[in-house]
Amino acid sequence: MKILTTPRMERCIGCHSCSLACARLVHKRLSWDTAGIRIRSSGGLSTGFEPRLCLACDPAPCVAACPTGAYSQRKGGGVLVRKKLCISCGACAKACPVDAIYLDTTGEPFVCIHCGKCVPYCPHDCLEHAEFSRGATPLGIQTADAEEVEL
Amino acid sequence: MIRDFFRVLLVDLSAGRSTITDIDGRNTVAGGSGLAAMLFEKYGLLDKPWNDPGQPLILAIGPLTGYFPLMSKTVCAFKSPYHNQFAESHAGGRSALSMCFADYDALVITGRAKSPSALIVGSRHIEIKDVHYLWGTDLYVTGKMLRRMLPGSGHRTILRIGPAGERQSPMACINADSYRHFGRLGAGAVMGSKNLKGIVIQGDSSFLLPEGKDYVTVFDKVYKDMTDTDMMSKYHNLGTPGNVRVLNDLKALPIRNLQSTSDPAAEGITGERFAEVALLRNAACAGCPVGCIHIGFVRERFGEENRYIYRQVSYDHELIFAIGSMLGVMDCFEVLKLIDVAEKMGLDVMSPGVALAWATEALAKGMITEKETLVPLAFGNSASYRAALQHMAYGTNEFYQLLSQSTAKAAERYGGGDFACVLGQEMAGYATGGAYFVSQALGFRHSHLDSGGYSYDQKPKGDKVEDAVKFLIKDEKGRVFLTSMVSCLFARGVYTDEVLGNCLKSVGYGTLADNMDTVAGEIQRLRWKLRVMTGYSPENVSIPKRFTEITTWKGQIDSVFLAGLKDQYASAIRDLAEPEKTGSGSAQ
Repeated sequence: MKILTTPRMERCIGCHSCSLACARLVHKRLSWDTAGIRIRSSGGLSTGFEPRLCLACDPAPCVAACPTGAYSQRKGGGVLVRKKLCISCGACAKACPVDAIYLDTTGEPFVCIHCGKCVPYCPHDCLEHAEFSRGATPLGIQTADAEEVEL
Repeated sequence: MIRDFFRVLLVDLSAGRSTITDIDGRNTVAGGSGLAAMLFEKYGLLDKPWNDPGQPLILAIGPLTGYFPLMSKTVCAFKSPYHNQFAESHAGGRSALSMCFADYDALVITGRAKSPSALIVGSRHIEIKDVHYLWGTDLYVTGKMLRRMLPGSGHRTILRIGPAGERQSPMACINADSYRHFGRLGAGAVMGSKNLKGIVIQGDSSFLLPEGKDYVTVFDKVYKDMTDTDMMSKYHNLGTPGNVRVLNDLKALPIRNLQSTSDPAAEGITGERFAEVALLRNAACAGCPVGCIHIGFVRERFGEENRYIYRQVSYDHELIFAIGSMLGVMDCFEVLKLIDVAEKMGLDVMSPGVALAWATEALAKGMITEKETLVPLAFGNSASYRAALQHMAYGTNEFYQLLSQSTAKAAERYGGGDFACVLGQEMAGYATGGAYFVSQALGFRHSHLDSGGYSYDQKPKGDKVEDAVKFLIKDEKGRVFLTSMVSCLFARGVYTDEVLGNCLKSVGYGTLADNMDTVAGEIQRLRWKLRVMTGYSPENVSIPKRFTEITTWKGQIDSVFLAGLKDQYASAIRDLAEPEKTGSGSAQ
């Protein structure tokens, strides 16, 4: 199954269109928090931007941590979320190694479901929704264009 | 966030207390410029000086903030240290979305903190924090410290002042998120007068969207127009610096204190030149996919060996004109170095640039000496200008204290008013002709964005004064409504009345959508009323001789047209401000 990756984040201008699109189209909210992808400036605007995004773990630590089965393993990586089963305990967010799950003030978790709806809203094509196999290009990291020189 | 009232946070720095109040008026003043004016009418001390501790510093967003692309600006309103009258300044960065997600339509900050402080607010957090240890630090250091001290990276705005704001210079800006500014008319000094080094707004809440598909459909149409058509290409390609070559070719670029309007050497500072050698990357205001912010770099050698530092510096047409062509500095890296100094000091770039251009000519003419200027100001000498900018920020001597008040005040003292390039405040970067000169000189913000005078000059609309007045008033009305939404004015081509109406309806502001023209007129009148009540006399504005001496692509400036337009525009403004006295009711 396709997953969302951010292979060209160096192009990011910090417009938050992706977060706003996720909140708008997936979660029916106006927000830059309650979204599966959230943009942080990395040490001030002068050093660029980085995404908080589910890296599509398989097996996913958040699934193992969820006590009710609200989170289940998604084929191809990531999680399927059944909100009806969620008791807002926050265990998923604690288990996530890359801070990809946002808990709102009520403790409701928000995580990327790898639907790709945000992708067309990125003006600089930073995002990609594609099949992915581990062992190929690492998530979110571009392969070096030039030959590496060992010194 | 969709509500028919305004949720306003009132902060009293003297008492160290805050309160939240709901205020009616969504369908009469909309938000942004309209809301800021209404709040100034309610909380402003019209007959007290700008730095009275009771004066409010107001930040306001609009009904469409965050809901649509480029609805990404915040309006700052205050009594200006520049002219002691009601004023507005606008900025983007992350300020607007942060306020939206902090769930406030406006912040009204009154009082004066006992010690240098930072105000930190969010949807569940209000704090006035003692930061006396930041007083005296430059803007870069202040930014780094506040970023480290406070949570919310990426989802907050950091508004801050530098040494110029602390010293309460009317040329001090409020920096918004490093690369944007509430630049003009001295908002930074107002923060300084309140002992307020920084304002941090954390956007940490969210809102349910309206039911139905209308909103998403309208959003997608607007987003497509912003990104898939060439309507915005000017802004994301070269950005506003694309104007430099265009204006130079038109003989409309102010050069060397407006002694000239075109020079082949300006090729060194065109948008094309910057893009070719100095452009590092682009950035955007939150909520804007266009990303017009162009960031270049300054590289400095600091040792005999090959040891360098570099800093990232944003550039725009207005900065390049004010601190480049106006000062005869025609090398893009020298321009970036000057912008970098002004940024560090927390100075607006435009006014100091134009002021130093006047000082350079005054020095050459012998009206002042190096005893006053301390450094040998000469067109093209960027090293002198770097030093002079610091003198302006710190007010090193009496001359710089006066010059950093305004060019007009310095000219009053030393002479040279004829060549002081002042149109209400120091000019913006368009020498397009009479309509522009009058529109900035008399305009509400004394900004090139008050109304499209520069555009009128370029269109063959004839030279009838009545037509020009009608255009300026009508154009201002449209822009006032946009700045009440609060839209970036670069989006004015996309946000037609029809599109704005659809946007407002799709989120539930049907009444406002049905009365846009009436509301726009009311806001326009309210702003002018407050400006006049705080002392403005449009009839008394003068346009210095230098503006009538230049030649553009149309030839000599038509002095008769300029004088006629000035008189009639002043009269139209008076009608808007005091319809009961003039008996006109409306000038539209």
